[in-house]
Amino acid sequence: MRIVKYEDIVKSIRDMIIYSTTHLSPDMKKALEEAYENEKSEVSKAVLKQILDNAKIAENEWKPLCQDTGLAIYFVKVGEDVKVEGGTLKDAIFEGTEKGYKEGYLRASTCDCFTRANLKDKVGYNLPPVIYFDIVPGDKIEIEYAAKGGGSENVSRATVLAPAAGKEGIKEFVKKVVSDAGPNPCPPLVVGVGIGGSFDYAAVMSKHALFRDIGTENPDPELNELEKELKDELNKLGIGAMGMGGTETVLAVHIETFQPGRMCHIASLPVAVNIQCHSSRHSHITI
Amino acid sequence: MAEYTLTTPLSDEDVSKLKAGDIVYLNGVLYTARDAAHKRLVDLINEGKELPFDLQGAVIYYVGPTPPKPGEVIGSAGPTTSYRMDPYAPILIEKGLKGMIGKGKRNQAVREACKKHKAVYFGAVGGAAALIAKAIKKAEVIAYPELGPEAIRRLEVENFPVVVVNDVYGNDLYEEGRKKWEGK
Repeated sequence: MRIVKYEDIVKSIRDMIIYSTTHLSPDMKKALEEAYENEKSEVSKAVLKQILDNAKIAENEWKPLCQDTGLAIYFVKVGEDVKVEGGTLKDAIFEGTEKGYKEGYLRASTCDCFTRANLKDKVGYNLPPVIYFDIVPGDKIEIEYAAKGGGSENVSRATVLAPAAGKEGIKEFVKKVVSDAGPNPCPPLVVGVGIGGSFDYAAVMSKHALFRDIGTENPDPELNELEKELKDELNKLGIGAMGMGGTETVLAVHIETFQPGRMCHIASLPVAVNIQCHSSRHSHITI
Repeated sequence: MAEYTLTTPLSDEDVSKLKAGDIVYLNGVLYTARDAAHKRLVDLINEGKELPFDLQGAVIYYVGPTPPKPGEVIGSAGPTTSYRMDPYAPILIEKGLKGMIGKGKRNQAVREACKKHKAVYFGAVGGAAALIAKAIKKAEVIAYPELGPEAIRRLEVENFPVVVVNDVYGNDLYEEGRKKWEGK
């Protein structure tokens, strides 16, 4: 059994949060630069220029790319042969999150659902994070993190289609979600699509799809094709950067299905669309 | 699309020359307010009480910045989505508000109020929060400090970059822009 120290996890998470909220990831930078090159509308091009300039300033000054430093989202794979010493893994993630957000001068964006009060002294600074745990073979802990902003989360949608709706029904649903969202979620977007599983699990997969690096292929050739088709069709909506009209609305579409075998219940076709703004702050560490 | 540099407070004449799609650099003072602060402002108006700042010609910026690091004027400060302020905006416009800065669509009531009382809705680039912060030279909390990032701040700005989304003539940049590029 491999031993990992609690404090080491706290520190790794803290550092990952501060770095990735101030440094645009290489895949996003490349995708935005390509969008800037390809954009045909003058006003959207000017917006993309501002977004790229912003990334430079943020990186040089370690200043948050966006003031909405998000709800902290984690997907954690815990090896069966690893043990945390000095505390629990969950506590370490909570503590690392609080430290990262506080010491990085990031915004505490969590509040009570009803009173809307910020409970940073009672519950914790930007706590709680959303954590999905999975148990895997091996002696490593793999932690994926994203700072998920509210604007793009607000326009995300999930549904359960009738099986007869098929692939066309899925495409129609994705297009409707992006079209209805218009300028609100800060395009150009990354569109995460979860297909199959259950109502709730489709949504989880749609979120996890956002962690995949842009420019990587879907290992399923049929889905890879569908991603490209959807991207082209979504870019024809004309929404453009910040919704001001243009040809570059979507940087990538990423699809995840319920594995093994792209499965769901015989009566259902669950589909979820999680929208990600152009300030996609995602990162991962292996401990 | 034209480019203008304007100084607050804005006059009817200032806003009347602006058309959806124009680029504007704002100088002077902006006030920050989000949902919670808007609710309080409208409650004050309904109770006939004085507001914490003068609405005549004022421009409100929908923002909840990150905390400033030691030595910084303000943290990152990009716009938040504006529709959440739609229920409160028309009455503020009626009482003298001339400009709003945010991102995303406004409802029909806000667009009508912009037409009727001559006010404009500006879009700032969401997620360009470190760049926008450069245009903010001074920041001071003037009301509701207990709201934290949502407190009302008085910002002094220089060449604050915005685009006109809704003008006083009823035009909407989002609708026009999309129509122009749809299918292309």
